[in-house]
Amino acid sequence: MQKLKLVMVGNGMAGVRTLEEVLKLAPDLYEITVFGAEPYANYNRIMLSPVLAGEQTIQDIMLNDVGWYAEHGIRLHLNKKIVKIDRQVRVVVAEDGTEAGYDRLILATGSTPFILPLPGNDLAGVIGFRDIHDVDAMVAASRQHKHAVVIGGGLLGLEAANGLKLRGMDVTVVHIAEYLLERQLDQTAARLLQKSLEDKGLKFLLQKQTEQIIGRDGRVSALRFKDGSEIPADLVVMAVGIRPNSALAESAGIHCNRGVVVNDTMQTYDPRIYAVGECVNHRGIAYGLVAPLFEMAKVCANHLAEMGIGRYVGSVTSTKLKVTGIDLFSAGNFSGGGNTEDIVLSDPMGGVYKKLVIQDNKLVGACLYGDTVDGAWYFQLLREGRDVADIRDHLMFGQSHVGDAGHQGQNKAAAMSDDMEVCGCNGVCKGDIVKAIKLNGLFTLDDVKKHTKAASSCGSCTGLVEQILASTLGGDYSPAPAAKSMCGCTDHTHEEVRAVIREQKLLSIPDVMRFMEWRTPNGCASCRPALNYYLIATWPREAQDDPQSRFINERAHANIQKDGTYSVVPRMWGGLTNAADLRRIADVADKYAVPMIRVTGGQRIDLFGIRKEDLPGVWADLDMPSGHAYGKALRTVKTCIGSEFCRFGTQNSTQMGIALEKAFYKMWAPHKVKLAVSGCPRNCAEAAIKDVGVIGVDSGWEIYVGGNGGIKTEVAEFLVKVKTAQEVLEYSGAFLQLYREEARYLDRTVHWLQRVGLDYVKKKVLEDEAGRKALYARLLFAVQGENDPWKERAVAGEARREFEVLTV
Amino acid sequence: MENWLKVCSLEEIPRLGTRQMKHGEKNIALFRTGDDQVFALLDRCPHKGGPLSQGIVCGRHVTCPLHNWNIALEDGKALAPDVGETSPYPVKIESGSVFIRL
Ligand SMILES: Cc1cc2nc3c(=O)[nH]c(=O)nc-3n(C[C@H](O)[C@H](O)[C@H](O)COP(=O)(O)OP(=O)(O)OC[C@H]3O[C@@H](n4cnc5c(N)ncnc54)[C@H](O)[C@@H]3O)c2cc1C
Ligand code: HEM
Ligand code: SF4
Ligand code: FES
Repeated sequence: MQKLKLVMVGNGMAGVRTLEEVLKLAPDLYEITVFGAEPYANYNRIMLSPVLAGEQTIQDIMLNDVGWYAEHGIRLHLNKKIVKIDRQVRVVVAEDGTEAGYDRLILATGSTPFILPLPGNDLAGVIGFRDIHDVDAMVAASRQHKHAVVIGGGLLGLEAANGLKLRGMDVTVVHIAEYLLERQLDQTAARLLQKSLEDKGLKFLLQKQTEQIIGRDGRVSALRFKDGSEIPADLVVMAVGIRPNSALAESAGIHCNRGVVVNDTMQTYDPRIYAVGECVNHRGIAYGLVAPLFEMAKVCANHLAEMGIGRYVGSVTSTKLKVTGIDLFSAGNFSGGGNTEDIVLSDPMGGVYKKLVIQDNKLVGACLYGDTVDGAWYFQLLREGRDVADIRDHLMFGQSHVGDAGHQGQNKAAAMSDDMEVCGCNGVCKGDIVKAIKLNGLFTLDDVKKHTKAASSCGSCTGLVEQILASTLGGDYSPAPAAKSMCGCTDHTHEEVRAVIREQKLLSIPDVMRFMEWRTPNGCASCRPALNYYLIATWPREAQDDPQSRFINERAHANIQKDGTYSVVPRMWGGLTNAADLRRIADVADKYAVPMIRVTGGQRIDLFGIRKEDLPGVWADLDMPSGHAYGKALRTVKTCIGSEFCRFGTQNSTQMGIALEKAFYKMWAPHKVKLAVSGCPRNCAEAAIKDVGVIGVDSGWEIYVGGNGGIKTEVAEFLVKVKTAQEVLEYSGAFLQLYREEARYLDRTVHWLQRVGLDYVKKKVLEDEAGRKALYARLLFAVQGENDPWKERAVAGEARREFEVLTV
Repeated sequence: MENWLKVCSLEEIPRLGTRQMKHGEKNIALFRTGDDQVFALLDRCPHKGGPLSQGIVCGRHVTCPLHNWNIALEDGKALAPDVGETSPYPVKIESGSVFIRL
């Protein structure tokens, strides 16, 4: 079949995004031709500001290079401006006579800077700020000239001024209004902004109106104002607004009215001709930010792909200023007035100002200066039109102060809900990012940019994206627990792999990889440790532990530090120690010149800065059991004083803790496991944030499970109350064994619990007595088959090789 | 020119494992792959200097223990999307012994 001919005029951000979307939906429908007036392929216009500031290069901001067009079979005409559309024969004509026929046409001609109609506006050195050509001109001027004047104190003008200042020019911003950014800020915030820009060396002339641009030898030399004053100027940048570039459409008789008028499907009055981007007037609005343009692109592509289900209904926009070191956010109606109410927080000394505007119990505007982390949240409340009456008291203090989110610390990213928007430019929500990180095993910002497009346009959400990465990947620098397939090496899920290991009685990693058709010869650093754990947890005493598939801490049985040395934490049962042990620890510290000794929060002693070669010697001299502080294993059992000494104690918590630790010591697990036992409900051992927390009461012991004190504090849930110490061992042991057998590698107990639910655990551990006893027996069988790793390695033998350095 | 130094026997490096080696002040990491090839790299991750000898060997690369960069064993270059490199050293195996040229 003959392909339809799609021609696009204007090779900019909105247009090319439309093509990308079309190619996604209907890769083979069209033969595509693109005309661009600029000599470059598609670049990120937004980032011209950092390029001007010298923070990025043109190379950094290319979005689609020439190769991209070739790859997709698109014919690209650069440096060719279309001057005529003949709608009768359906052909466009370029300045140099090149022609192209179309079945459908996209107009994406953007806009042009508005140049004030002043005498002298045609002098050399008077420019707008729109494209690479303008940036080149500004950079060249900064090399030869001193005085720059920017007319217009809006976003664009301030970014231009900042860049020119960083290029070494003496910069004055002339603005007609009473304060800067009057369309984005209220007066108070604008004054704060002005102050910090003045601190950077910029000068401002407010409420000044230019009368004439004065030239010498054909180049601008000064600016004269209506009040008669003059300032020197070798470069004048006009940033007083943009005009939709609709001349071409008008000349072809397409209806225009301050922009090419389009309907909700992005069609012009000629239905074969679509228009997207800044050249468009949609329902009376011409947008000047990329986020709405990208929404238009989606809708337009949907119709071009003949799917016909998208409608563009307009956008609420928010703005940020891209000047390094200045945080500014505004959205909606922030100037208040009428029947609106304002909530204001103002700390001029601290450089923070926030104003929220409320109307009929809804947030209708926000203006933030100095602290913008909650911008995304406010913007969401605003767009959703959510009733905020219930959270109004806390609204100003941000999302982390609302509801029960109080424990979550400073990390905003962790507190955001999945449907909250992170990247306003590309409309990417937190959930999209988290999903991409987990599904594709992403680790770096670049990966996330590539996979989701978040942070790839204006970049101001970069910090937030990084936070999401950190909170998604989580503790111990461990690779992400993949939600779907285990990792890139296989399509099987953790659950499938565990089941096959059990059913087929697989006993080694190569066996699993062969049986389940791994794609890589020996897996990766993410699946190998998981497989090793699944094998030894499923077939204790039979499957062979593979040290080469363990993360270095578990291979060396000590914690690697950032300088490549190790830390050693011997076990002190239940936090109890004695003079002989302390003396031995002191002797070891002397003998090996241990640079730092500290008491851990787990009630034991940590020796830092030990060289790897010294580890076996240290272990031999200590002659104490391994603390497994390095392992996905039982770490500590924290205890309080308890009934033996404490005047409140109802139970002997110390003894109970020792018994638990001795019973479960050497237990490998999907992730680290921490226990605690308190002697009464005052709970000095903090049992409520442990994987298993035991609290003594008059009539016995309460057992809590699934607590966690990490990035996101989770309070343990009540599982059961029992009478005797023996029952505590049995119930806790059964719970832990269920976790060991069913959780995914790198799940903490809480993550697994959230997935399977406490009721499921109750059924297995409380209601099914035989099942409980069997679970407990399997746990004991497994741990009793393990040797103390330090004892093994303290004596000569194969296991010691790990610690010996070859010399040549 | 032909200055090969004997390091150890192949058996002394675990399969899919590593060994640390010292030559004067230089710390070198030796790697043995699943198909019994041996490679040597300067024991410094191009990211933040992590000890590659403590990493996990997979296929033809090693994963650094500190922040999970992947470094190619053949040429010491970081795998995409990371960028950086550490020095590789030629290694050969002859009748079960490992030799290195520095
Ligand atoms: C310095 C600067 C900073 C900005 N910062 C931000 C920001 O932080 N956030 C934000 O959301 N937005 C920002 N913007 C605005 C954003 O860049 C624009 O909204 C967006 O680029 C518009 O896309 P477009 O495709 O409509 O137009 P453009 O990207 O301008 O593309 C139009 C293209 O069509 C070409 N063209 C025009 N007429 C013809 C013709 N007849 N024949 C052939 N080609 C033609 C033009 O040369 C141009 O290359 C900024 C803009 C600038 C200049
Ligand atoms: C998720 C974030 C966390 C990470 C990545 C983390 C990591 C670590 C590491 C690497 C060590 C070993 C230090 C060493 O010996 O070299 C350690 C020890 C310890 N951590 Fe954390 N930790 C986290 C959260 C917590 C929280 C929230 C608590 C307390 C509520 C906690 C309590 C402890 C204690 C008590 C020890 C000493 C353990 C022992 O004695 O064996 N950690 N942690
Ligand atoms: S938890 Fe109760 S028994 Fe234990 S030390 Fe505190 S007050 Fe004493
Ligand atoms: S030091 Fe190797 S990954 Fe960071």
